Amino acid sequence: MKRFSSLFLELDQTNKTNEKVKALAAYFNQAGDEDKLWAIALFSHKRPRRTISTTLLREFASEAGNIPLWLFEESYHIVGDLAETIALVLPVAENSSEHSLTYWIEQIASMDKMETDVKKAMVLAAWNALSSEERFVYNKIITGGFRMGVSQKLMTRALSISTGMDENLLAHRLMGSWQPQNSTFESLILKEGSEDNISQPYPFYLAYALETEPESLGNAADWQAEWKWDGIRGQLILRKGEVFLWSRGEELITEQFPEFRRLSESLPDGVVMDGEILLRDPDTDLIRSFADLQTRLGRKSVSAKMINEHPAILLAYDLLEYEGKDIRHYPLEERRSILQELIKSTDSSALLRLSQAIELDEWESFSLIREKSREFSAEGLMLKRRSAPYLSGRKKGDWWKWKVDPYQVDAVMIYAQRGHGRRANLYTDYTFAVWDGDKLVPFTKAYSGLTDVEFAAVTRFVNQNTLEKFGPVRSVKAELVFELAFEGIQESKRHKSGIALRFPRIKRWRKDKPASEANTLEDLRQLLSV
Amino acid sequence: MRCTPEQLDLNHPLYALFNRDMLIRFTDKGLYVEAAGVYIDPWKPVAKALITHGHSDHARWGHSQYISVQSSVSILKHRLGDIIVTGKKYGETFKINGVEFSFHPAGHIIGSAQIRVAHKGEVWVVSGDYKVENDGISEAFEPVACQHFITESTFGLPVFKWKPQEHVYADMLEWWQRNAADNRSSIISAYSLGKAQRILKGLSSSCPGPVYAHGAIFTIHEILRNEGWDLPEILPMPLGSVVPDIQKALVLAPPGAIGSSWQKRLKDPVSAAASGWMGVRGTRRRSAVDRGFVLSDHADWDGLNQAIEATGATSVYVTHGYTDIFSKWLNEKGYDAHIVKTEYGTDQEELLNAEADTLSSADIDDASNSGEAISPSEKDIIL
Repeated sequence: MKRFSSLFLELDQTNKTNEKVKALAAYFNQAGDEDKLWAIALFSHKRPRRTISTTLLREFASEAGNIPLWLFEESYHIVGDLAETIALVLPVAENSSEHSLTYWIEQIASMDKMETDVKKAMVLAAWNALSSEERFVYNKIITGGFRMGVSQKLMTRALSISTGMDENLLAHRLMGSWQPQNSTFESLILKEGSEDNISQPYPFYLAYALETEPESLGNAADWQAEWKWDGIRGQLILRKGEVFLWSRGEELITEQFPEFRRLSESLPDGVVMDGEILLRDPDTDLIRSFADLQTRLGRKSVSAKMINEHPAILLAYDLLEYEGKDIRHYPLEERRSILQELIKSTDSSALLRLSQAIELDEWESFSLIREKSREFSAEGLMLKRRSAPYLSGRKKGDWWKWKVDPYQVDAVMIYAQRGHGRRANLYTDYTFAVWDGDKLVPFTKAYSGLTDVEFAAVTRFVNQNTLEKFGPVRSVKAELVFELAFEGIQESKRHKSGIALRFPRIKRWRKDKPASEANTLEDLRQLLSV
Repeated sequence: MRCTPEQLDLNHPLYALFNRDMLIRFTDKGLYVEAAGVYIDPWKPVAKALITHGHSDHARWGHSQYISVQSSVSILKHRLGDIIVTGKKYGETFKINGVEFSFHPAGHIIGSAQIRVAHKGEVWVVSGDYKVENDGISEAFEPVACQHFITESTFGLPVFKWKPQEHVYADMLEWWQRNAADNRSSIISAYSLGKAQRILKGLSSSCPGPVYAHGAIFTIHEILRNEGWDLPEILPMPLGSVVPDIQKALVLAPPGAIGSSWQKRLKDPVSAAASGWMGVRGTRRRSAVDRGFVLSDHADWDGLNQAIEATGATSVYVTHGYTDIFSKWLNEKGYDAHIVKTEYGTDQEELLNAEADTLSSADIDDASNSGEAISPSEKDIIL
């Protein structure tokens, strides 16, 4: 545990990628195999199941820290992180421990069915044997919220340095639903052919956003464009007669989209496709909203009625494996042409279609097409180099997201709430309103887009202009105007304003505008018809 | 207080404060000892002001006459210019209009004091800012028995618990040596009055290399050394070309200088901040320094509680910091505790933001309220 918590401390003390990789690689060189596997799991967001409620943890911590529960809660509001608050209020530990990371994780897992007093005795004993840094890590594991500012990519790079293995191969082996409880470092990482598991997905190739003019990409004729759909990225695998569907977050979502199982009847074996999962209206053949898709994702089991009303469809845009062979190194053009033939031969257009590729000679023509995105329920275009292989992870160069400009609205801030983690002392989460006649109607929340200095200035405003406090939320004088950007707008019965926005975020603080000049609800309603 | 007794609603908790015949009253100019006709740490110009310590939110410009502890006189003159100031020894009692006053060590910074006020059997102590751990350079905090204790609560939350300072100095030295080995200078942001002297004193027995300081820190340092304070020799930050040994040096600078153009005189330095706020990960990560050392000139949670208990006071007035939370806690413990609105560091959040601002080097103006902020004279040098 000492080694892992000092790794955590080192990662926390630097923003530099190279130093993080160095610290991680050093950890992988020193730690035991079991601990290494757990560390990889934690960095990949594979957290052990929660075996104790945070309510109990708060009670134990305030008792051990000799403070009333209300004072613990106040402290938590200000610190903004439960694991850290607990670590800070506890008295200095009387013992120390040489137990490994795996030991503590297994102990936490073993608490699941135990009586409350047994859990309490175990947790208190752990706190009393760990240093404040170790306690923080322990609490992070027990509360199930582990974020360390280390991407999968950094972790894979460090593992590659430590093992001398190829980064892409490692990325592939780390994909999928393995759990540290039932695998070993040897079988998962080191053993030849461990990626042969039939459900094993490939790492997704992820695009960066295009921030310059497309002319910077060179000759337009070397590129193709596809609509950037507002659905879920999915990888469809058909091996040995079985269908597996993976989301980009590496979750197996076959259960939520059982209709795709039927593809095993029409597709040949040994096929892996990359595409967008969308819901379709069977009568009009139009794409349903993202909200409907989210409802489907949230279900444990999906009824026949749901499938009939809004069937899912995969718009495939790439082919990664064909006839059981990894073809990611083929140029895109070649992969696409095999994909096209394959889809044509299946005759399952209700389930699987080719995502259309647009090929043009001029960037200007691409620009004109892009402006039509919203009419096609798309967020913009994806630009892909026709000669490019299918790479792993987020790489610059061959794939670009070229989104349409977002919608914009000027709105008035009416509620503010403190942020979490890094920004726990600042008011960073705001609720915004627009005018409906002479009343302000709240219509969205947004919490990103300002600099720390701006957040500090808004926080001062909040402190000086609070009207009412509701727990952590404060209502403030309707005075500050912000320009918000968002990607979509829909009618919503759940919201007072009758509308819901997609990806709202703060674009800038309109210090030049008084609240009276903010937009109206009517302005927003007009966007519904676009 | 901005409101007069007449304006106060009877149910307002502060009503009790006004209704009582109190030795110290909380007015819109500051803490007022009516029987003596003097103010303590007033924030508006008055005729006669008693000053607890030299930080800019406690020692303000514009009073006709100042009284402070002797060791604070040169600091006040340096910061406030040509003022009329009388210095008193710690423990020396003196009377104004029959009211008895004395200064007692507060352990906050050099020349910091608590002020004891006694009249007709009523005893008050105004503690200003304080810490209970002896830092070896500020006169060590002494509890003073009283019935009414006026306290800060900058770190009045149970999440603030300082480690013994020796551990912090050891970490600092290790950090400095590691940077020096990489040929990178180590820059620590430290308030020029207080934290800078404390760090220098703490590291002085085992400095592995030269120490350079920002002008604001160097000036105060020289004044204090001339007064006979036992502080190590340091060098002013060179203006023009970079001196070779600076790559192995420790550089002290006020928070506003970190990340500013001033810092560009150093090639690829490693930066750190030394403050109580560094005990919380969120503030540490927001501060944009590479390393945070938890070292404060204010009392931590246990320190505040011990200090209050040691006075034997029954009434406690909480002036700044986490006032609402801390006074609620004291009331539960059986004290008659009240929040008093002052202009010292004002509210908890403002203090934190002021801290964030100074650390991000923007908005330096708004930080001048904070007890640990930058003085006007420092601003001139930085800007």
